[in-house]
Parts: sequence; structure tokens; C-alpha cells
Amino acid sequence: MAVKKLPIAKAINESLRTALENDPKVLIMGEDVGQLGGVFRVTDGLFKDFGEGRVIDTPLAESGIVGTAIGLALRGYRPVVEIQFDGFVFPAYDQIVTQLAKMHARSLGKIKLPVVIRIPYGGGIGAVEHHSESPEALFAHVAGLKVVSPSNASDAYWMMQQAIQGDDPVIYFEPKRRYWDKSDVDFDAIPAPLHKARVAREGTDLTLAAYGPMVKVCLEAAAAAAEEGRSVEVVDLRSMSPIDFDALQTSVEKTRRLVVVHEAPVFYGAGAEIAARITERCFYHLEAPVLRVGGYHAPYPPARLEEEYLPGLDRVLDAVDRSLAY
Amino acid sequence: MTVDSTAARKPRRSSGASGAAAKRAGTKKAATKAPDEPQLVQLLTPEGERVTHPDYEIDLSADELRGLYRDMVLTRRFDAEATSLQRQGELGLWASLLGQEAAQIGSGRALRDDDYVFPTYREHGVAWCRGVDPTNLLGMFRGVNHGGWDPNSNNFHLYTIVIGSQTLHATGYAMGVAKDGADSAVIAYFGDGASSQGDVAESFTFSAVYNAPVVFFCQNNQWAISEPTEKQMRVPLYQRAQGFGFPGVRVDGNDVLACLAVTKAALERARRGEGPTLVEAFTYRMGAHTTTDDPTRYRADEEREAWEAKDPILRVRTYMEKEGLADAAFFEEIEAESEALGKRVREAVRSMPDPDTMAIFENVYADGHALVDEERAQFAAYQASFAEEGK
Repeated sequence: MAVKKLPIAKAINESLRTALENDPKVLIMGEDVGQLGGVFRVTDGLFKDFGEGRVIDTPLAESGIVGTAIGLALRGYRPVVEIQFDGFVFPAYDQIVTQLAKMHARSLGKIKLPVVIRIPYGGGIGAVEHHSESPEALFAHVAGLKVVSPSNASDAYWMMQQAIQGDDPVIYFEPKRRYWDKSDVDFDAIPAPLHKARVAREGTDLTLAAYGPMVKVCLEAAAAAAEEGRSVEVVDLRSMSPIDFDALQTSVEKTRRLVVVHEAPVFYGAGAEIAARITERCFYHLEAPVLRVGGYHAPYPPARLEEEYLPGLDRVLDAVDRSLAY
Repeated sequence: MTVDSTAARKPRRSSGASGAAAKRAGTKKAATKAPDEPQLVQLLTPEGERVTHPDYEIDLSADELRGLYRDMVLTRRFDAEATSLQRQGELGLWASLLGQEAAQIGSGRALRDDDYVFPTYREHGVAWCRGVDPTNLLGMFRGVNHGGWDPNSNNFHLYTIVIGSQTLHATGYAMGVAKDGADSAVIAYFGDGASSQGDVAESFTFSAVYNAPVVFFCQNNQWAISEPTEKQMRVPLYQRAQGFGFPGVRVDGNDVLACLAVTKAALERARRGEGPTLVEAFTYRMGAHTTTDDPTRYRADEEREAWEAKDPILRVRTYMEKEGLADAAFFEEIEAESEALGKRVREAVRSMPDPDTMAIFENVYADGHALVDEERAQFAAYQASFAEEGK
């Protein structure tokens, strides 16, 4: 099959197809994932080819979807569950946090719950309330869960394979506004480990750390900064739990400056954790405090305001300037 | 055998309709009840009198009956011992099942080995039926673990503290059983308070839609900590099943025979691929919700006294004595066994080792996690620093 250029949504679709073909225990579950192929068509065609026994249209009940997926996993299945939108995960939050995350520990290792929860997340598509949120920190904070987010088609494909094959529950955040962005997927590649960060662009003056939808913005910011003679490195974290702090440390020890960018509110967000740990690890290397760019401590605004709310090129470049000014 | 979803409104068939009932007509009375009394399936009255029911009949040997009695007495003894151990400071907390022995032993003995049980945190009697060593149930209450047994050794899932969560796990598991083409069934235990939870309603929805082989066994013990059932529901609980499209039945939860018969019928129905059943075992929690609670603040003594007259163990004993199904030697033997169990439990709890400190970091993830590894190493180094100081 070698290399194909695919949009992220299609890469995930191909990955789910591969998983269904390779392992009869893999199931797809969620609202509208069957006949419709998902509201973003990520599961398009799977129902037709694998049938309702493998691709399960569920009642409209998020706690029920995750709770029954746990039961199916206890029976030896490997469910891949779709939560239709980020803001709809909260009815299932209890099952995810009190059951899915903790049952392995509660059972002293006797129970494994290989459940993947796919959540299309983030803004930028002009949606209504509850369709644009970035709740990754709420999940990364919970021991027992792994949290990842691809930023390109190759990662979208391979990280899904790894998430399904692993024995831990994984929250797989899909950057919905990048669903249609195309890039190469090498189907014969040996993928990087699921939680390994990737240097998306080399640089020497400052490190931008991001994941999911913000990687693209950071790459654009680095390109713009280069025009002003500044060499900005971009690290795509790929995983928010665990975070590859070793890779980040290597980058920061080289560039001596770090700006963390995410769509989620800055307050108690992933950036806070990264700033604290990198400060501990790189205190004597840093030339400036770790800065954060992200959402505000406010509900995600109506669509007409989201461009103000979301970190864009200008806000990222402003943070780059502030960091370099120290 | 059929499960009647509309029992409260449908005229009953005459007791002679069932072959088994007809066979017994000479020796047993048909149950009679006032029209406003809740519709209960009953086979053994509080007075220890054997009665018949047209839909649920059961034929037990004297040995089997003695076995049920033994299970109930030993479960009660275990429960009493655990309550005492909590009072003595050996357990941090205990959730007593006192009064619910018939509901748990009756339903528990209806199960086949390959059935799977999803309990709440009070199913000590069901655990007993599944062969889980009772001392293993105490680890979580002593604070040495969150489980204490391998769920797959006895097909008995770990206790679930969050109210109603396990009903969805049971439903998902049952969906898997159906996918596998197996003919085993799944049973989910929960209480009357849990019936107010969304997860329970969602499990009803999913199990009905996917025709999952699951039995929902609700022990309506009348109180959710201090909240009476009137604060949880306005219609009899078993009737709720009808709205989801599967049968519900209310059984006398203090009648071990009726609980056995009704659960067996529901499990068989599930095995036949006919989907879920809701069983409401109408019973009473004689003690507190847990040892932290004080029921004298919210309920009257008279209520407890009224239920004491319906004691599930006493009625079996009365029946056995009356019918000559057990002699004094049997009851003495059970009493001695009971004492031995109490002693064993007491000793096991007192000698239960604290977990290794490093257990904090064990089993957080199946495949490992860099942060856990880092914190484990930091913690180990911190611990080791004390040893060095001590040199």
C-alpha cells in the first residue's frame, strides 16, 4: 500500500478499518457511527462492510456507551467508542473517571480495559455551544487514562492503531477542524511510540510546544518568525498523558525558551503542567519564563467570536516576541 | 414459566393452572393478600407456611432447603462479625446486609457457574454463593485494597461503590455474551436508590435495545441511606421495566424460595435469548446503610419491628421444623459452623497485612506510564533517604 496522501478523517477511517480487519474483537460504537458513518463521516463505510455486529449504532446516551463498552471489554472485546462532540462527553465522564480509569488498579491488575474513546474536539468550525471545547486536561489529570491527539494524517492512522492495540484506556482527541487537512500516510512505516513527542520543525531560538489543532498554527508562526530572522523549533507533543518531557527538555536546553500553545483555557491547562515541569528540569537553561497561549477562563464563545478566543498566528507571535524580549 | 410484566393489573390465573401447583394443592395454600398490598411473588410466608404461586414454583429437596438455610445463617454470621470488627476499629467501614439474606442467597443460588455477577458493595451473600472467600471481601473495608479477589475466578465482579455504574458494565458484558453465542446470563445487583440513577435507566435502554441476556436484581430495602423510597420513585419499581419493553416482577425479598424461583426464571429467559428482566426484591435493610450512619435519626422503631416479623431466616427454620426437614442436630451443627466462621473471619482480618507502600504505583496502567515511573522512582528515593539517615 505504501504511501498515500489522506485527510485526517480518512486516515482514522482507514485505521479503524485495519483494526476491524485484523482483530475480530475490535468493535466500533457510538451515536450515528453506523448507517450515517458518523457526523464527520469518520466511520464511513465500516457499517456496510463489517455489519451491525461490529459497528454498533447506540442509543443516545453517553454514559451508556462508555459503560457498556467497559462491560464489553470485560468480556474480551476491544471497543472503540465515538463521543460525537467534545462537550457531550460529560454525561460519560463519571464512567470514564470512576470506572474506566480505575478498574485496572482496583483489580490489582487482574482487569484490563482496552477501550479507546474518540472525541472530535476543539473549535474553529463555526459550531454552536458544546461543539468546540478542549477538555483534554480534565482527562490527563486522571490517573489510569492515556490521552493523545494527532496533528496529521500519519499520526492519526498510526496512533489509532497503537491506541487500539494497547491494554490501557485511551482518550483519543481528534482535531476536528483539521479533519480535512491532507498529508502522507506511510502504511508500511514503523511508527514512533504512541507517547513520543516529535520535532515538527527544527529551530534554535525558541521552542513552541503544541498538540492537535495548534501544531499547524505553530508551524505557521515559526515560518512567519523565520522571515524576521528568528529560528523557532516546533515540538508536536502528540500525547498529553504521558507527556514526553525528555524530548521537550532536549529542545528547551537547546533553545532556552518555551511557549506552550493550546486551545484549551490556560488556567489549570496542559500549559501549566508543562511550564512547571520544564521550569524544574531546565531552570538554569531558561532565558525567559515559560509562557502560555490558549483559551480564556470563560465558556467557549459564540462562533462569531471564536477567532478572538482561539490562539491564532498573531497571539503566538506576540508570545514569541515577549519571550525573546527577556 | 413466564415472567409477568403486568402482574399488578392483570387478573391472576387460578393456582390450579400450573402442574406443579396442582401437585401441591393438597399440602399448600395459595397466597392471599389484600388488594392494596404490593404484588409480591411469595412461596414461603413470614409464618413459615409454604404457599404456591401460579407462575413460580420450585421443588427443592430437604438437602437443598437445608443448604439455603445454612447459606443464610452463615452469611448473617459473617455480616455480624464484620459489623463487630468495624466497631472494634478493625474495619474502617462496613455495609451490612442484615435482613437481605434471602434476596441474596435466593438469587445467588439461582446462578450457574458460567453466569457473571456485577454486585454493588453489599452483596456479601451473593459473594458467598459464588465461592468468594468472605475474608477477601473485607480488604476494601479495612483499607488494604479496592477489591481483593480475581473477578474472573468466580465470575463475580469487584464491588462497585458508585451507585448504579455496574448495571451498565453488566449490560455491556451481556452484550458480549450474546455476541459470543454463549448461553450464560449476567446479573446486575443494585438498590432502590440506584434506580434513580441515569446509568440504571441507560442500562435498561441498552439491554432492551440489544436484547442482552441480563437480569437486573434490585434489592428494594426501602431506604437509600436516609431517603425512603417515596423520595426515589412514585410507581412501584418493578413496573418501570414495562416502559423499557421488558418484564418486571416484584418478589418477596425475605422469601428465599421465591427469590430463587423468580431469579431462576429470569435467568432462563435471558438464556433463551428473550432479553432482560427486572426483579424487584421487596425487602428491608435491618441495620444502618453503613456503620457511619444512624438510622434512628430517620426511621421509626415500629417499622423495623414490623419487618423483624418477616425475618428471612426465621421463616425457613419454622418451616423446616414444622415439616420435619431438619432436626436439632442440624441446627446445632450450623451454629457450630457459624461460630467457626466468625472466628476465622476475626483472625483473618486481624492478621491481614498492610499493602506494600510501593503498591501506590502498581497497576495504574497495564502498559506503563512515564509519569508513574518517574514518581515511583522519586518516592523510592525519598523512602530510601530515611534509611540512610538512620545509619
